[in-house]
Amino acid sequence: MSGTTPSAAATTGTGRARAATAVDSGEEIGAIATIRRGVRHSPELVQGIRVTLFLAVLSTAGQVVVPVAVQQTLDRGINAPGGTDVGFTVVMALLAAAAVLLTGLASYLMTHRLFIAAETGLSSLRVKAFRHVHDLPMGTQDTERRGSLVSRVTSDIDQVSQFIVFGGVLFIVSIGQILVATVVMGIYSWELTIVVWVCFAPLFLSLRYFQRRLSAAYGVVRRQVGLMLSAIAEPVVGAAVVRSYAVESRTQARIDTTIDTYRAAAVRAQGFTAVSFSLGGISAGLANAGVIVIGVWLGLAGRMTAGEILAFAFLVTLFVGPVQMGTQILTDAQNAIAGWRRVIGLLDTPAELVDPGPDGAELPDRAVDVELDGVWFAYPGGEPVLRDVSLRLAAGRRVAVVGETGSGKSTIAKLLTRLVDPTAGSVRLDGTDLREVRGASLRRRVVLVPQEGFLFDDTVLANARYGDLDADEARVLAAAAEIGLDDWIATLPQGVHTPVGQRGESLSAGERQLVALLRAHLADPDLLVLDEATSAVDPALEMRINRALDRLMAGRTAITIAHRLSTAENADEVVVVDAGRIVQHGPHAELVEVGGSPYARLHASWVAQRAPAS
Amino acid sequence: MAGLRVLGVAIRREPWVFTVATLGSVLFGALTVADAWVLGWATDHVVLPAFRDGEIGAGALVVVVALFVGVAILRAVGIVARRLGAGIMQYRMEAHDRRAVTRQYLALPMAWHHRHPTGVLLSNANADVQAAWGPVAPLPMAVGTIAMMVIAVVQMVVTDLVLAVVGLLVFPAVILVNLWFQRVTSPLMTRVQELRGVVSEIAHESFDGAVVVKTLGREAEETERFRRRSEELRDVAIRAGRLRAAFDPILNALPNLGVLLVLVVGVARVLDGTSEPGAVVTVAYLLTVVAFPIRSIGWLLGDLPRSVVGFDRVRGVLRAEGGLVYGEDRIATTDRPGVGARLEVDGVRFGYAEGSPVLRGVTFAVEPGRTVAVVGPTAAGKSTLTSLLTRLVDPEDGAVRVDGTDLRDLAYGALADAVAVVPQTAFLFDDSVRGNVALGLDVDDDAIWSALETAQAADFVRRLPAGLDTELGERGTTLSGGQRQRLSLARALVRRPRLLVLDDATSAVDPEVEARILGALRSAPDDRSDGSADRAGTTLVVVAYRRATIGLADEVVFLDDGRAVDQGPHEDLLARNAAYARIVTAYDHDTEPAGPTEPAGTAEEALR
Repeated sequence: MSGTTPSAAATTGTGRARAATAVDSGEEIGAIATIRRGVRHSPELVQGIRVTLFLAVLSTAGQVVVPVAVQQTLDRGINAPGGTDVGFTVVMALLAAAAVLLTGLASYLMTHRLFIAAETGLSSLRVKAFRHVHDLPMGTQDTERRGSLVSRVTSDIDQVSQFIVFGGVLFIVSIGQILVATVVMGIYSWELTIVVWVCFAPLFLSLRYFQRRLSAAYGVVRRQVGLMLSAIAEPVVGAAVVRSYAVESRTQARIDTTIDTYRAAAVRAQGFTAVSFSLGGISAGLANAGVIVIGVWLGLAGRMTAGEILAFAFLVTLFVGPVQMGTQILTDAQNAIAGWRRVIGLLDTPAELVDPGPDGAELPDRAVDVELDGVWFAYPGGEPVLRDVSLRLAAGRRVAVVGETGSGKSTIAKLLTRLVDPTAGSVRLDGTDLREVRGASLRRRVVLVPQEGFLFDDTVLANARYGDLDADEARVLAAAAEIGLDDWIATLPQGVHTPVGQRGESLSAGERQLVALLRAHLADPDLLVLDEATSAVDPALEMRINRALDRLMAGRTAITIAHRLSTAENADEVVVVDAGRIVQHGPHAELVEVGGSPYARLHASWVAQRAPAS
Repeated sequence: MAGLRVLGVAIRREPWVFTVATLGSVLFGALTVADAWVLGWATDHVVLPAFRDGEIGAGALVVVVALFVGVAILRAVGIVARRLGAGIMQYRMEAHDRRAVTRQYLALPMAWHHRHPTGVLLSNANADVQAAWGPVAPLPMAVGTIAMMVIAVVQMVVTDLVLAVVGLLVFPAVILVNLWFQRVTSPLMTRVQELRGVVSEIAHESFDGAVVVKTLGREAEETERFRRRSEELRDVAIRAGRLRAAFDPILNALPNLGVLLVLVVGVARVLDGTSEPGAVVTVAYLLTVVAFPIRSIGWLLGDLPRSVVGFDRVRGVLRAEGGLVYGEDRIATTDRPGVGARLEVDGVRFGYAEGSPVLRGVTFAVEPGRTVAVVGPTAAGKSTLTSLLTRLVDPEDGAVRVDGTDLRDLAYGALADAVAVVPQTAFLFDDSVRGNVALGLDVDDDAIWSALETAQAADFVRRLPAGLDTELGERGTTLSGGQRQRLSLARALVRRPRLLVLDDATSAVDPEVEARILGALRSAPDDRSDGSADRAGTTLVVVAYRRATIGLADEVVFLDDGRAVDQGPHEDLLARNAAYARIVTAYDHDTEPAGPTEPAGTAEEALR
């Protein structure tokens, strides 16, 4: 799924060139690069970062000052050598209380600001990533599981925000505390400070190793999550098949396997985390022992007092706490960074269907001629589906594209509507390469109706209006009447206000196609491409729709991809595709005469089908 | 408190792991205290004597190092036990619930599935489960530190009762802050979880409909739709975050303020002689010791509102009732695969929603080994009828019987043994070709290849990189629609069903291939004949528009507006039923609709 790097994918050549790119996994991006680039994608994250950092410094200082103040009050107030000093105690207590409140306020403001920055930055990243998925070519979208694409704009980003808000603050505070503790320790004794750092050196040095192992372990966890989610989706999406084949226990067994594999991977990663975390404690034990032993030696040399050694031992605990916290956060960061990587990887995946924007060409407001010039196409990692296809269709013609299943005719439909770009060669409308046409212009003029016309979980009306957002109900009803769907709408329980259910599943497959056709008709295109758009509609209704469309599309270009050769019989010209090449092109009457030709064969079997078997 | 109930469930379900993790946590706590003790011991026995005597024995140094390192190692063991235990517990709880939720998905009836959006169901099984058991991770730590707290509190009380009471004011304050926090964040957290579900649902739907979005150029509108919800999520999260930002510092400040209060009260008491300075110091020190545990318990409690929301959403699925009730009957003679069964549809009524019936009393019968085509205009109820034949739904009235047994009386699995359906839209599992065709049935490769041959799928399967072992990916997206349909057909055929239901199952297959499939289906019964001529082959019910398919049928059932309005041989219906004739002869007339009485056949005669 990863593999193809953007640069490799961008190399175009002649003939059999690159395949459509797969969605970038982002696994190759380093941790620092991830953060740098993540921040570049979400500049809101560092907006006002100075104030936030200042507040962080304040609250870090507070974390150190408060225990020290308490310590001082105890030692020099209550436990003062000359008896309890009331004035000092009360003043110190009030000062300490003020410090506590100030620290709390600073930490509240800092966390609040971080929440705003993180949620704002990641919300815009989420939207950006969502948009990017829609900008990817279809072939690229298909290289990734749907659930996995969804998780890149949902849970992956949630993970980053959780980390920034909770881990991010603590990490800054911990680093601050480590520095403050080091400086204070240095004031007491630079020799012992070195001892402490030496004892922690193995931990710091092994961090990289552990991070790498952990990163790998969490990588496995993420992949297992993907597989698990895909398996969990099966009893939901395939509910009918599972029931009618009574394969509940088999399905469950498969799900259970992925659930358990995921659990095992997660526990393994957790084990790594626990071990790496516990190393900090061992370093602390070594440091304590070292401080006593070396301290005594220094003392014997007359360079330290017993009191200083004990004070230093207290400082070591102030050092150990944040070190443990910091390593812990680094570990959590692996997970967050993995998620962030995946989002950045997605954004890195070239949106090959780049809209040239305002600079792009506008298609003329009339029927367009269509030209495929030396077009090759292959899906990611697959064999070429189209091989050097060249074709010219004059404006205003009704063209039928026919061919066996898998011959590549649907790919032609996708190329004409720029759902995919050719691997090599070019597709031109009215002489302009589709890649140079402004997206908005292309989508207004050219419309594809695919076989499985996806519907949104809304009413028939809302789905139809998807083709023309300005259409009111009256316009939708009029459009339905124009293509002969008024009778059908009358049979719906709530007319056009009937909800279609998720994916339109409350309607039958045929009805879904009717809504998709209505939607396309409302879009009022100059080039209409129908890819098996009426395959589930009954023949009488199909013929009625076709006749209506013929009338409405008069003077515009219509390309129909069909199994039912009735369409071909009625078309101005027929294009026959076989194994990725165009093998015949001409009017039906002419092609059918060529004995033994692919079209003659297809037509013969169509005619045989139409006749009741006898 | 609801949150504690959730934790109780976790402890009851994993008592041993919980115990080990908690012991690890206690060990960790005890050794943290031991650290201070070792330091004290080292001071008294090593540091001070060394300064006093001006020399130090090597033995004492070794003991110091051994003590410090020993304690550190034991503490590391405690950490590993606690964290690993907590992890095992958390992930086991998650796995348990995921298994239970998916079991429910498999058990609940189709009607339930129709009512629940896919995105919500997926998030129930994932994000909600995760949220529910999130607080299990810090639980052993919290329980372990409670033990430490109890010890500290007892010590405080023994040292100086009054000062202890003053210091312990911190506890009710912490509880009040927690209660406040839970009260104010709970609705926000619920909303956040809901919005996460909504955002994920929009992404799912939008990516599923990517082709439509692209072809109609609606990327901007879709992004806007996603942005609106995503920003709502952002705003609610920020509001919840603001509370969280206040909660943590308050929780941090309370023990410190308690210590300071103890100091001030302590000074007064030392002055009037009721307390010793040493007692003040001890109570203040113990209070700082419990400060950290209080915080860790606070963190645990802080996560609880989210947990309760997730837990309740998961419970919602687990509590859903329904599911088909199975009888105990089996269909007679199922030991003879491929022998036709008799199908009887008797006065069946059905509707998905109240007041809008789809089937309004359908009655027909199919004799063993016969082939019946169900023909009807778009939305006549044909697909619904096939769902009833395979008991995806039960009729509101009337009955469906196979070999005289009402489907509702059949034992689980008995129907699937005899009846196979090929749906209009093929669904493939994320599995190999073999796995998808056999679907757990114990068949050899020969049987699979033979089913693939009949379904005209053998050629393209042979061309796949790993043949039968090729993994098809999620929902078989690597294949074309026609290829998916043919694998779906092979899946039905390999079971040698006694009743085979094809719901327009070759719509994405081109005419030539379809003709071959139909030919193979027709000849298949003869192949399996073992000589007994009286044996009828598979009973076949096909939903179809195409004349070739209809021609294959012995009889046609014409379904219109939820009723079986006519039944009989194709030729008879063609002659006597104008509506039927209009549908099946539509392709024969190029320009204008056929008159209802126009004799069929002339057009194709002319073409031949």
